[in-house]
Amino acid sequence: MDQSMTSAPPKIRIRDLHKSFGDKKVLDGISLDVPKGTSFVIIGGSGSGKSVLLRCILGLMTPDSGSIEIDGEDVLAASARRRDQLRSEIGMLFQNGALFDSLPVWENVTFGLLALNKLTRTTARAKAGAILEQVGLAPSVGDLFPSELSGGMQKRVGLARAIAAQPNILFFDEPTTGLDPIMGAVIDGLIVDCVKKLGSTAIAITHDMASAQRIGDEAAMLYKGRLVWQGAAASLMHSGNDYVDQFTHGRREGPITMELRR
Amino acid sequence: MDMVLDLVARTGRATLSLIRSAGALALFALAGLSHIMRPPFYGRVFIRTFMETGFFSLPVVALTALFSGGVIALQSYTGFAQYHAQSAIAGIVVLAVTRELGPVLAGLMVAGRVGAAMAAQIGTMRVTDQIDALSTLSTNPMKYLVAPRLLAGMIALPLLVLVADVLGVAGGFTVAVVKLGFSPTAYITATMNSVKVMDVTVGLVKAALFGFLIALMGCYYGYNSKGGAEGVGSATTSAVVVASILLLAFDYLITDLFFSQ
Repeated sequence: MDQSMTSAPPKIRIRDLHKSFGDKKVLDGISLDVPKGTSFVIIGGSGSGKSVLLRCILGLMTPDSGSIEIDGEDVLAASARRRDQLRSEIGMLFQNGALFDSLPVWENVTFGLLALNKLTRTTARAKAGAILEQVGLAPSVGDLFPSELSGGMQKRVGLARAIAAQPNILFFDEPTTGLDPIMGAVIDGLIVDCVKKLGSTAIAITHDMASAQRIGDEAAMLYKGRLVWQGAAASLMHSGNDYVDQFTHGRREGPITMELRR
Repeated sequence: MDMVLDLVARTGRATLSLIRSAGALALFALAGLSHIMRPPFYGRVFIRTFMETGFFSLPVVALTALFSGGVIALQSYTGFAQYHAQSAIAGIVVLAVTRELGPVLAGLMVAGRVGAAMAAQIGTMRVTDQIDALSTLSTNPMKYLVAPRLLAGMIALPLLVLVADVLGVAGGFTVAVVKLGFSPTAYITATMNSVKVMDVTVGLVKAALFGFLIALMGCYYGYNSKGGAEGVGSATTSAVVVASILLLAFDYLITDLFFSQ
């Protein structure tokens, strides 16, 4: 897919984003367009700034400079109330699920809907069952607590919670981390299904190459807070880019150096 | 010379960081308080926290008050008997309990029990991204986590102290009547003559402030904890230690304000 889609405005447009913690530059001038309806995968090693980028778009962190637009609207300039609204249109699957351990699964799944008063507590239980079925879980799982679930099930519940409000943007933070390869493939399949069914725009960050190619239409690589490559996800394994090649093939030699001391 | 400069620099840095922390804490407290007034209100979270803070602290607060009242009776008897002033014991017990021991001991017990639990729970939610998850699910974490806890602390602690007041006096009464040979009616009459509405009221005002401080410290340190299990551990410790110290400091200030003339 061509990167410079000029016909339709991109769903998410990021320009020259900077973020530092102390003297450590985590995002160093990121510019990125995510076209509507695309699944965009961002790869990169630990500490390359992937999570910080997602958190900035979500409004959980404020970048030092640069702009983030969603549907052409400047998110950083929006009022707090408007930012809350924009955020409610984004569903997020956290790396370790981040399920509320004090609440049963059904309340986790319908938490966002209840918060927006789109459901009453009496109807929420049945609704949760329907959403759980979409991610391949039995409705009876709704009565369990998150601590009673396996890792794969927790990911599914996290996914169910992220899609419950039918958001038009979905974020996935390392969706397959901590899962066995088969469960990873299953979760990827569910993610692709959900994104297609909702017609959402998706951004996934991962360092799992198999997962990146299953989920993504487009891909980009982040290294030391900069985008070093962008292209079709299908071409990840033969991109011709030294950084991407070293990363996807897991070589020790190459342009990427591991900084063990910071 | 270098050593002197170094010392000055260190002192300056420490002072600045202290001021920064105090400012951050004050802003956090104001934000939490303002969310108590504005909807949406999370009644379920409030009731759960209120039960945890108030109802489930009853046994430990009750026992503490009972024994403390008894000890005061016993100790003041040994002292006052030398001057044949035993009749003052009932008054000593009721004033000590309603003005100081009730609020302070209940506060310290609740700080250890509930403040620690709040810090650990919110801290764990922070390090496992659950607080960020709240934000992505159209829920303000200050409103959902902090405001109900502050309110629960402010309401539950005065109720606990009321119970502690009654049981503290009962402890003193039991020791005085059973062990020291006081007449029950005389003891109760002396108690009623010594205590004023003001004593109990100020004790309850203290309790409300202590409840607020305990919940505030639990929430603040939990909310700002980072770095996994160790971070949550130190957040819990800080919440209890700082709440206890602040509680005693404010206890002195209020006592000085109301009872020092």
